[in-house]
Amino acid sequence: MSTYTGNQEGEPINEPAGPATTAVSTAVDMSAAPSTEAAPQADAIAQALANTERPPRPSALSTSVTFGWRALLKIKHVPEQLFDVTVFPVVMTLLFTYLFGGAIAGSVDGYIAYLAPGILVQSVLMITMYTGTTLRTDIDKGVFDRFRSLPIWRPSALVGMLLGDAVRFTVASVITAVVCWFIGWRPAGGIAGVAAGVLLLLIFAFALGWVWTFLSLILRTAGSIMGVAMMVMMPLVFASNIFVDPSTMPGWLQAWVNVNPVSHLVTAVRALMDGVSPGSDLTLSLMWAVILVAVFGSLTMWKYRDPK
Amino acid sequence: MADLAIETHGLVKTYGDTRAVDGVDLAITRGGVHGFLGPNGAGKTTTIRMLATLIRADAGTGTVLGYDISSQADEVRSRVSLTGQFASVDEDLTGSENLRLIAKLYGHSGKAAVRRANELLDAFGLSDAADRQVKKYSGGMRRRIDIAASIVVTPELLFLDEPTTGLDPRSRNEVWDIIRAMVDFGTTVMLTTQYLDEADQLADRISVIDSGKVIAEGSATELKASVGAGALHVRVMHRDERENARDILVRELGVDVERSADPQGLTAAIDDRGRVTRALSALDSEGVGLAQFSLGQPTLDEVFLALTGKPVAEAAVNEEEAA
Repeated sequence: MSTYTGNQEGEPINEPAGPATTAVSTAVDMSAAPSTEAAPQADAIAQALANTERPPRPSALSTSVTFGWRALLKIKHVPEQLFDVTVFPVVMTLLFTYLFGGAIAGSVDGYIAYLAPGILVQSVLMITMYTGTTLRTDIDKGVFDRFRSLPIWRPSALVGMLLGDAVRFTVASVITAVVCWFIGWRPAGGIAGVAAGVLLLLIFAFALGWVWTFLSLILRTAGSIMGVAMMVMMPLVFASNIFVDPSTMPGWLQAWVNVNPVSHLVTAVRALMDGVSPGSDLTLSLMWAVILVAVFGSLTMWKYRDPK
Repeated sequence: MADLAIETHGLVKTYGDTRAVDGVDLAITRGGVHGFLGPNGAGKTTTIRMLATLIRADAGTGTVLGYDISSQADEVRSRVSLTGQFASVDEDLTGSENLRLIAKLYGHSGKAAVRRANELLDAFGLSDAADRQVKKYSGGMRRRIDIAASIVVTPELLFLDEPTTGLDPRSRNEVWDIIRAMVDFGTTVMLTTQYLDEADQLADRISVIDSGKVIAEGSATELKASVGAGALHVRVMHRDERENARDILVRELGVDVERSADPQGLTAAIDDRGRVTRALSALDSEGVGLAQFSLGQPTLDEVFLALTGKPVAEAAVNEEEAA
């Protein structure tokens, strides 16, 4: 008969020596702790297991939407995570409008017409960086192990997460637009034009999100993801036509600004909101979105098989 | 091969310079609990993660329920479940939401997902906590919701990675009961643990792993038998009597007697149980008072020490013998 002495540290067995010929067991008496907390029921578990119903495999869209639902539930339970999408855009908009307005355009009213679409783009693109840190936290907590062990279309957890983020981006867009409207922005394109601009922005933000998901799979900490993301975002956002017309810039900077995908996006969004045809900038923005998804989506899914 | 739940040949996973898993060969039959026993960092989790298709092996092959873990990963995924070492549920969501999320991901409709979630919450004694966020659960409840999430769709094989680490004894016992209920149903369970008593209590067969290699395999009884008939543990009343007691025991038992880390403790591996009674009477007649003594089969602790040669306080066996 086997025995277990109930300790691994070599502690003495604190029981009086008895006339035992076999060992004294010190296994802790579990039944001694009655509690109000409900206990698991073995027969009910067996019954639950016996229900071997296996529904048909869900579609990629369905699982992505389910993961989007998860993102919304998280917003419901942790509403603080809307803080960045509400306060950040307001601060950015007020700051840059009143900081640069007089100097650049002679007046705040004059500047807001130029800046509003750009600051909208900037607010949303900056917020996309949080996608990376959120994913890293998920991975570290272990819940992604469960998702990755499910028989589902693999990218759906990430697609769903980005869909959930689209909700946050929409909130940020609406808030920024409203602040701009209060400052005096009256876009010629009207509500429809603004909505079209925001839609294009959301598409681009979704595509940019894959850059951060990739970063979060190759970097180990949320801090390092944020650091690298900042380094990527700085030249994209600030060396663009968001704040000023590039015509006053030196040639080398103009060269960059003119190829910067964010510049194309801003020009297209500006045109849509001003109610004029966005022309080739719309095509270029969408093309960049496709490239980002193709390149960083693939890289992400390649790393997703074996993340750090 | 078809009746093997898990079969691997030379699985390797390298992280930088460390070979976390260094050529693991396994042949695990269906049904029952297979224990995967080893200290922290032995490669248990890495092996499990390769088998559950969470990470890819750098070398070697493996099949789970007859499906290749690299080329048929999706087939594997639809038949196994994993309860990871850290809670593999979303702590921000409630227990009910977590189960509904998993049920939906398996393709249940909204209504069916709610039904299944409620059924499992009831079975695992979590109905009262259904609408509380998991981060507010106790350790034991967290484990239960985690295991419940693993059987939203009944798996053929369940990986449990250190399911009782950090739990209080009562919660641990509850998890054991859950595992037994699942095994009774016919689910194959592969369990990693660093607790020897857990493997002893639950596992039909045990693979002992250390430094990325399987160093022994067998039933608990077989593993214990590999290190001798048993061990006598003695604790003298006063520590200055230990040497005297040791001399008597060496004489009467005819084997070496080890001094344990406890200054009053002595341990001897014995081949002949008959001599034990004589040795104890000798101690008594020579006036050595005993605080306690015990005789038993070697514990898995002792087996483990013998196999790994790791210095641990309660060293009881003086020779190693790999099974």
